[in-house]
Amino acid sequence: MSTRLASGGRLIDRSKQVQFTFNGKQMRGHAGDTLASALLANDQMMVGRSFKYHRPRGIVASGAEEPNALINMGEGARFEPNQRATTTELFNGLVAQSQNHWPSLEFDIGAVNTYFSRFLPAGFYYKMFMYPRAFWKHVYEPFIRQSAGLGRAPKQRDQDTYEHFYHFADLVVIGGGVAGLQAALAAATAGQSVLVIEQTADWGGRAPVDGVADDSTIDGMDADAWVAQAVAKLDAMDNVTMRTRTMGAGVYDHGYLLAYERLRDHAPEAKGPRHRLWRIRTKQIVTATGAIERPLSFAGNDLPGVMLAAALRDYVVNYGVSTGDRTVVVTNNDDAYRTAIVLKQAGLEVPVIIDARPEGGGALMAKARDMGIRVDTGRAIAKVKGGKRVTGVQICAQAGEGSVLEEIPCDAVAMSGGWSPVVHLWSHCGGKLIWDDAQAHFRPDPSRPPTGASGEGFVIAAGSANGALALDAALADATAAGVAAARAAGGTPDDAPPPKADALGEAALAPVWMMPQGANIKLRMKSWLDFQNDVKVSDVQLAAHEGFESVEHAKRYTTLGMATDQGKLSNINGLAILSDALGQPIPVTGTTTFRPPYTPISMGAIAGEARGEIFQPLRRTPMHDWHDANGADWEPVGHWRRPYAFVRNGETVNEAVMREVRNTREKLGLLDASTLGKLIVKGPDAGRFLDMMYTNMMSTLKPGKCRYGLMCSENGFLSDDGVVARIDDDTWLCHTTTGGADRIHAHMEEWLQTEWWDWKVYVANVTEQLAQVAVVGPNARKLLEKLGGMDVSREALGFMEWADGTLGGFDARVYRISFSGELSYEVAVPASQGRAFWDKLMEAGKEFGVMPYGTEALHIMRAEKGFIMIGDETDGTVIPQDLGLDWALSKKKEDYLGKRAQQRSHMTDPNRWKLVGLETVDGSVLPDGAYALGNGVNENGQKVMIGRVTSTYHSPTLNRGIAMGLVLHGPDRMGEVLDFPGTDGKTYKAKIVSAVFYDPEGEKQNV
Amino acid sequence: MLILECPYCGVTGEETEFHGGGEAHIKRFGPGSSDDDFHDYLFTRENPFGVHFERWRHVSGCGKWFHAARCTKTLEVFGTYSAQTTEPPSDLRAAISDKRPGWTWREFS
Repeated sequence: MSTRLASGGRLIDRSKQVQFTFNGKQMRGHAGDTLASALLANDQMMVGRSFKYHRPRGIVASGAEEPNALINMGEGARFEPNQRATTTELFNGLVAQSQNHWPSLEFDIGAVNTYFSRFLPAGFYYKMFMYPRAFWKHVYEPFIRQSAGLGRAPKQRDQDTYEHFYHFADLVVIGGGVAGLQAALAAATAGQSVLVIEQTADWGGRAPVDGVADDSTIDGMDADAWVAQAVAKLDAMDNVTMRTRTMGAGVYDHGYLLAYERLRDHAPEAKGPRHRLWRIRTKQIVTATGAIERPLSFAGNDLPGVMLAAALRDYVVNYGVSTGDRTVVVTNNDDAYRTAIVLKQAGLEVPVIIDARPEGGGALMAKARDMGIRVDTGRAIAKVKGGKRVTGVQICAQAGEGSVLEEIPCDAVAMSGGWSPVVHLWSHCGGKLIWDDAQAHFRPDPSRPPTGASGEGFVIAAGSANGALALDAALADATAAGVAAARAAGGTPDDAPPPKADALGEAALAPVWMMPQGANIKLRMKSWLDFQNDVKVSDVQLAAHEGFESVEHAKRYTTLGMATDQGKLSNINGLAILSDALGQPIPVTGTTTFRPPYTPISMGAIAGEARGEIFQPLRRTPMHDWHDANGADWEPVGHWRRPYAFVRNGETVNEAVMREVRNTREKLGLLDASTLGKLIVKGPDAGRFLDMMYTNMMSTLKPGKCRYGLMCSENGFLSDDGVVARIDDDTWLCHTTTGGADRIHAHMEEWLQTEWWDWKVYVANVTEQLAQVAVVGPNARKLLEKLGGMDVSREALGFMEWADGTLGGFDARVYRISFSGELSYEVAVPASQGRAFWDKLMEAGKEFGVMPYGTEALHIMRAEKGFIMIGDETDGTVIPQDLGLDWALSKKKEDYLGKRAQQRSHMTDPNRWKLVGLETVDGSVLPDGAYALGNGVNENGQKVMIGRVTSTYHSPTLNRGIAMGLVLHGPDRMGEVLDFPGTDGKTYKAKIVSAVFYDPEGEKQNV
Repeated sequence: MLILECPYCGVTGEETEFHGGGEAHIKRFGPGSSDDDFHDYLFTRENPFGVHFERWRHVSGCGKWFHAARCTKTLEVFGTYSAQTTEPPSDLRAAISDKRPGWTWREFS
């Protein structure tokens, strides 16, 4: 059983007890524990079930690379799935639950999958669930969805807060082990600003743990003492910033770096944000990110109790926790001997060290033997025995096929397949790797670093992250990296020699990708590569056999290296197996792509402060508060909020809309039109410029007049519309759609700056300078005349004319334009007077039956008149000719944006769908977006479609459904009835009619 | 997240401050042009793994369009220059030649 030892544990405080629960069971640990070490101390060896076969799984690692110990953390508004127990610091009241089991961790129904595992090979889902086709939607997918997925999604809104933090530093050192600290010390002498970040709560990395086994020293001090003085030195320097619990998450172009700080995951009751995302710009990055130990691939290597050798050692040295009383060590390198030595020093049994190398190891092996530990060389584990945890191992020859030579009872296995540098951050932005044959790993190729704006490299790897695994090599490498980084950032660091390290030397490792070397299929089917995704040696071999030869294809076919750990343990072993199956060297196979973040970071940290009210800035018109106080049902339009309708007590939204339309048509309506874009275009060449921008002729418009204009993109498609008013000889005011103001402003600027830069034109976006109110309805003129101050009579201000003046004391510009078909004035006043003007109109309009109306009433009234709406009738593939707007295309102009494109063969095709009105036979409302069916089927066997609905409403004016749509040969088919199947199973019948449903002669506005 | 310098206002800013506008130095073809010329003008674009000339706009700054000469392989920025020119300036072309001897891009080298 795993338990707390009577002494030891450099990171825990035995005087402080901490209470927590796991799967509802009360447990105790110490301050300084991780959840993983505390679980082991409570003999909780099994922590979850595997993804596919629901096999019992235990803790494998002691850090970020942990694939198995994924935990549902917390409750309610602090619930979070997939947290790694190994990186979760213990605190009082912690609530953890294991994942992926039903009904319980101990007894799990899905575990039957393991008995069917030979029927669930790589690509099983792809192969199995193809036929019959109809089964996918109703049988296969629901079943797979129910059984798939790790953890549960949180149900409540996250109660914690998060923030972004912007930081600039000349240098950033990622990793606070001895290499990172030494690199920082070497670099900081140049006096540049240095940020040093460490993902765990403690400085020093692995060196203090490793040092225990071989009594190593740095500058004559033990590693802990050296780390303490190094941290003290750095802390004392003004130019150095130090942060623990801060992970380098991603390296991006030109020295952009994301770091993820966990401020109070370990102290949830503390004040302040929970996580902080550092957005860093730096000149040089040193990645001292260490290395990760690889598992060995032998049968049963996934049983609870089989652990990475270094992790097992960490639990003893850092937390005073033993994983088992009798631990078999299996290795292909010298480092694992440190685990055996540490266990022996702690008074635990190591029945045997199984070393796959025929010659065994060096000084560390000698030391182990001196301590009386049996060492078998050239041996391997054929199979681990046990169910929910290890009970023993069968030993065989590494060179053979797995014939059992001996069986040794034990309750833990420490495995080590060598070390792989953490090259993720080096690789994120394009740093290349080379294969190191001697150490059997990929390491950064210093001649091909990620390059920055100057074309020079901006990342330097240091220490074991650079393949310098031995203590002295790592410190020398880190010193050189720190100096090089400071120089590359423009500094002049001191040239001090690296600290002197004294440690036992290591003999060479022997690559072991399969154990035993000739393992038979039965063993290979129980040899796990990827614990998290249940990928075995046999799966990768099958993938290669079936032609998934690219490492990226094999990954996706087998799921090797996917999910939360992204193959930190499995990738190298997996691609070694793949290379072997393909008969090619490992570097030819290469690695999959390393993508940020290094380990998963919280969604909260990514969002930062951008949530709720401040997710994005809201644009409010000067009348916004009035609308809000008067029942506005808000609709987002771009960044604006516009009232969809003004809902009165006891009324539905739809009833409000109907009332607003009727009142506007019969009496008087007010629309807040302030959101419409307003662009001033001014200059000697403004007319010429607008003739290019609009399809219509704008240069001939007379001052005092308005014209409705269309804008197309250069590829001919309709992009915006609006009324243009000529203000004086060289000034025009262009109205755009609400969502279009910024876009059209940018569009004009683009052409002015990049094509016609010698034209003398200036464009200003004055949208927010003005409040604009549409005064609409038969009583519109009466209201304005009551306000008084200017002549708005039919004679003085004709349709499509504008005039400046005063209305009721307000400075006003009045446009007589109509988007509803009614007598209508749009009145612009300075934005600062907008609210007062609105109040005045409401007050003075009482006797004329004034009511405000919202965007839906606006839409219905424009549809009744057959006016198009950008975004409804247009979708980026519609040209003005489709909408019967040929009258707005100038034939006199040689050129305008879109003219040439509209001459292309597809644009002049007579079979383009054209705009028509649609009237349901029974008066109902056509479903939005419904398609009209023609006769027969197309080449894909689908029913032929001959049109679609673009706008559809219930018209209260006509008391029936009205719609517009684009229909093949539509204008030539007036009176024909088409079938529109809805998603509700009904088929709607609609007659093709004119799109102008209401007042076709325009008599209502001609008064 | 590139860093670019706006040649108009002199600000060196993050990519988020700018907006990419595709290939630079495209000659407009309008009415009267052949179908092929117009098609190429609308749709045919360079996609080099190496030296490239692009349009950018300092959208969250001075609002001006400018051009950038950049290496799409190493992300090196050779320089930025006015949008109001039909070809890359000769000193910039010479500077690129120093670093990438023999480079060509469309009709430029």
